[in-house]
Amino acid sequence: MNSEYVVKMNGISKEFSGNRVLKDVSLMVKPGEIHALMGENGAGKSTLMNILFGMPAIWNTGGYDGTIEIDGETVKIDSPQKAMECGIGMVHQEFMLIPGFTATENIKLGREVTTPTVASSFLGKSLEVLDRRQMRKDARKAMDTIGLSIDENTLVGGLPVGYMQFIEIAREIDKTGMKLLIFDEPTAVLTESEAERLLKTMKVIAGKGIAIIFITHRIDEVIEVADSLTVLRDGTFIARLETKDVNASKIAEMMIGRKVEKLVDETEDNRSLNKDDVVLKLRDYHVDMPGETVRGIDLDVRRGEILGIGGLAGQGKIGIPNGILGLYHASGTVEFEGESIDPSKLGDALKRHIVFVSEDRRGVGLLLEESIEQNIVFTATQVENKFMRNYGFFRQYDKAAAKKHAEDMIKELDIRCVGPEQLVGSLSGGNQQKVCLARALTMDPKLLIVSEPTRGIDIGAKKLVLELLVKLNRETGMTIIVVSSELNELRSLSDRIAIVSDGKISGILKPDDSDANFGLAMSGVKVGGADDGEA
Amino acid sequence: MKNNNNGASFGSNLKTALFNNKVILLFTVLCIACIMTSGSPINYIASEVFSRFGRNACLVLALIIPCLAGLGMNFGIVVGAIAAQIAIFFVVHWGFVGIGGFLLCALMATPMAILFGWLLGKLYNKTKGSEMITGLVLGFFADGLYRLFTLYIIGGVIPYDDPNLLDRGFGLRNAFDLSDSIKYALDDISFVIVFRVLMIALIVLQLLKLVFASKIKHEESKKSCLIKLVLSALGFGLSFVLMMVPGIASMIGGTRLILSDTLRVAMIVYVVYLLIKRFAVKDEDITNSKLIKAAIAAVLVLGLSYVPAIRNVLRSISISACTYAVICLFCFFNNWILDTKLGQDMRTVGQNRIVAGSAGINVDGIRIIATCISTVLAAWGQLIYLQNLGTFNTVQQQSNVGLYAVAAILVGGASVQKANNRQAIIGVVLFHTLFVVAPLAATQLIGDSAISEYIRMFICYGVIAVSLAMHAWKKKGFKVEQKSIVDDGDNKDVVKTLF
Repeated sequence: MNSEYVVKMNGISKEFSGNRVLKDVSLMVKPGEIHALMGENGAGKSTLMNILFGMPAIWNTGGYDGTIEIDGETVKIDSPQKAMECGIGMVHQEFMLIPGFTATENIKLGREVTTPTVASSFLGKSLEVLDRRQMRKDARKAMDTIGLSIDENTLVGGLPVGYMQFIEIAREIDKTGMKLLIFDEPTAVLTESEAERLLKTMKVIAGKGIAIIFITHRIDEVIEVADSLTVLRDGTFIARLETKDVNASKIAEMMIGRKVEKLVDETEDNRSLNKDDVVLKLRDYHVDMPGETVRGIDLDVRRGEILGIGGLAGQGKIGIPNGILGLYHASGTVEFEGESIDPSKLGDALKRHIVFVSEDRRGVGLLLEESIEQNIVFTATQVENKFMRNYGFFRQYDKAAAKKHAEDMIKELDIRCVGPEQLVGSLSGGNQQKVCLARALTMDPKLLIVSEPTRGIDIGAKKLVLELLVKLNRETGMTIIVVSSELNELRSLSDRIAIVSDGKISGILKPDDSDANFGLAMSGVKVGGADDGEA
Repeated sequence: MKNNNNGASFGSNLKTALFNNKVILLFTVLCIACIMTSGSPINYIASEVFSRFGRNACLVLALIIPCLAGLGMNFGIVVGAIAAQIAIFFVVHWGFVGIGGFLLCALMATPMAILFGWLLGKLYNKTKGSEMITGLVLGFFADGLYRLFTLYIIGGVIPYDDPNLLDRGFGLRNAFDLSDSIKYALDDISFVIVFRVLMIALIVLQLLKLVFASKIKHEESKKSCLIKLVLSALGFGLSFVLMMVPGIASMIGGTRLILSDTLRVAMIVYVVYLLIKRFAVKDEDITNSKLIKAAIAAVLVLGLSYVPAIRNVLRSISISACTYAVICLFCFFNNWILDTKLGQDMRTVGQNRIVAGSAGINVDGIRIIATCISTVLAAWGQLIYLQNLGTFNTVQQQSNVGLYAVAAILVGGASVQKANNRQAIIGVVLFHTLFVVAPLAATQLIGDSAISEYIRMFICYGVIAVSLAMHAWKKKGFKVEQKSIVDDGDNKDVVKTLF
């Protein structure tokens, strides 16, 4: 070994179709060190790791600039196979496991131990017979190393998520010459106690001289296990620090710390918000949405306000509106204007004029192969029989009324199109989002919930959409909930911002609260905020 | 208290077992009901089923490998059948007869089947996710090309001077007769010959192993090779000794084996084999409970075979030693290939293409290999089918091959994602029982024999629809519970409750 560092990435830059996602980033990890890679969603953590792991997604988009050194030697990692040869392993966030196989078969996947047969000596290695006994032995050894006590013949399907993670780790450990192990948000899917065990295991692995890159946004975990850390923000390198030199709030500040750009121009605000006039009341509210589980929250939404719901991806913020609308199974109390809503009944919320603009615009939100007109009136015709002529026995679609309405909406929301007949699939992202909003407005919402309003929209259109929301709120007094992973956006239009972490609300903050407070709330530390201040 | 628990778990185990095998159960009940209404003697039904089993089993076994490789039910085995039939046209024309002719057919059909399988596999790779409908439609397409071949190209383009040719000078007659060529070529080989061939094959195999032993094996397996070599040689010698005993000679020297004798001997041999494995070789996989279960089963079968009613049926049925041996070889081949690295790769690809790809497996290549193997097995299966049938419909014999084979394996409890030899075997038995008795039962009930063909088509499609629907039911009912691992303290307990 002729270098202090096992991995050294220098001046890495990467752009996806003109969009620079990494700018001159460097990363250095010593042998046997647990190094945390931190940053918000979209900070470039995954891209950096994909570069290190030679993922095809990087090479198909023109490669990267900068150099990677493994043990002091410059290497070109152009495929995952090459990365594995260099001794780099990755524990994926989405498990690369086969449920129908046993733990042994999964651990030895693609690297089965075989014994030659007569046929194989003529027809090639692939006809060698598996040596299942040796495979079991190897798997056992790898599992013992990380303290996983299950039987090596257990089928992986149906095992708890925590076990799956450990089997993934065992697979990486089993590979010979492993020097560096990348953990991509390993604790995101684990319960608290499972996560604790995982952290212990990481220490065991690091103790064997294998370096670990630990991608996470949970600051407390980093403080607990990591020796050093690198912080990225918006694709730029912020700092490389030793953990002992920093504290939680400093890390949070480095992750978030950017000046708030004004995304929305000031408008006249003559609303009078009363904090006791509650429109929507959630008590002990759970949603069982895969990847976005809500684990018991209490939340009051005041009449006439814009409430932002923020937090990192996968923490449960998206689960909240999906549960209220009945798209995923929800439990607990949901009260709207004093009446309780049954979230298990699809359409119950909609009938009370709670309208939801989904984050999955192209999947759930729009009928891409249909016209703008159809998209705008579709929900209203289904739920409220608007734009329908009633003939007693049957109803007929009132084309003229629908067209008139669609044209009004196009004018009002400034949807750029050739006319109400244009197919929605051919519109730009911003205009598609406006069609979604137009459809929601057609329902005469009392409460409008907009999820990820600016996802996949360019910056100019972003501003228009956000201003539209503010305008609706100011002019009609409509209560609006905005769910977004872009904190900046929430801070520029909301009255209050609830931060969701790990399925719970970790704090309700004012838009002008400090970056450190937001950072801490996002990593799950309870912080006092807007409510405490006013009380 | 403890007993109670066991009782409850036995009850729930039974319930799960019944639920998991509900497709088989349904069709068993249906078969029994049909047998009872048909009023036909059980001897007739049983012998009919056994001869159909010998004919069809290999075609059904050809479906297992593509199924496990994630290709679903390979309706495309029709192209394998076509390869077999084309080979037959030429081999018969060249005047080869008997087992030599049969083997030449197999030899000739194989490269054709590999070519067709390769093309089919290429197509499957282009239509990932809808292989079944692709296979079905490709079957129709291949059918059309094949008709062009039989009705015009043979004689029209390829010179073919044969009595089977139509008078107009090109195209084949509607019925192709094999009675003077390869009919019963395989069926008529006596057990003793099969046994000797098998022993010689084993000897050659062990010799080959020993030749390669120097570089691939360690001392221990060299020893076991030598033991197996000696045993095979002894077996070879034994066959000559046995042929000198008149009673046994007539039993194993004829073209057919009587089922009752075969069953008894097979049971004894099986138990002795297990005993040797357990105590002489000390195989860890054979536990005492497995041994006891096998012994009880053997005693039961032996006992039942002496019950007069059953004995009469068993005595009236004769099976072809060689065909059944080939079926066993097909099963053995399926198991062997699945135990190789190639087989493991196939199962990985079948379970998840993305994971397989990231583990460095050539997904498309593996799928093509699986399709090729299936097509070749199907070609051989069709040859076995036709040599037993003796005469076949030149133009459309192959049309329903895929359909019948798929229906059979589904009845055996296989699903689109999962199939094994056992399901194929059970499926063939049940499906063909139904095939034999349902028209009889319908005739009894309605009093018209003309509808029996319709009943058969009805069964075939009905079976596929019902078993697919029942399988969907199974999948919906199965919900995996996900629990935390550490909360309960004892990890193993959680795992146990999950399974």
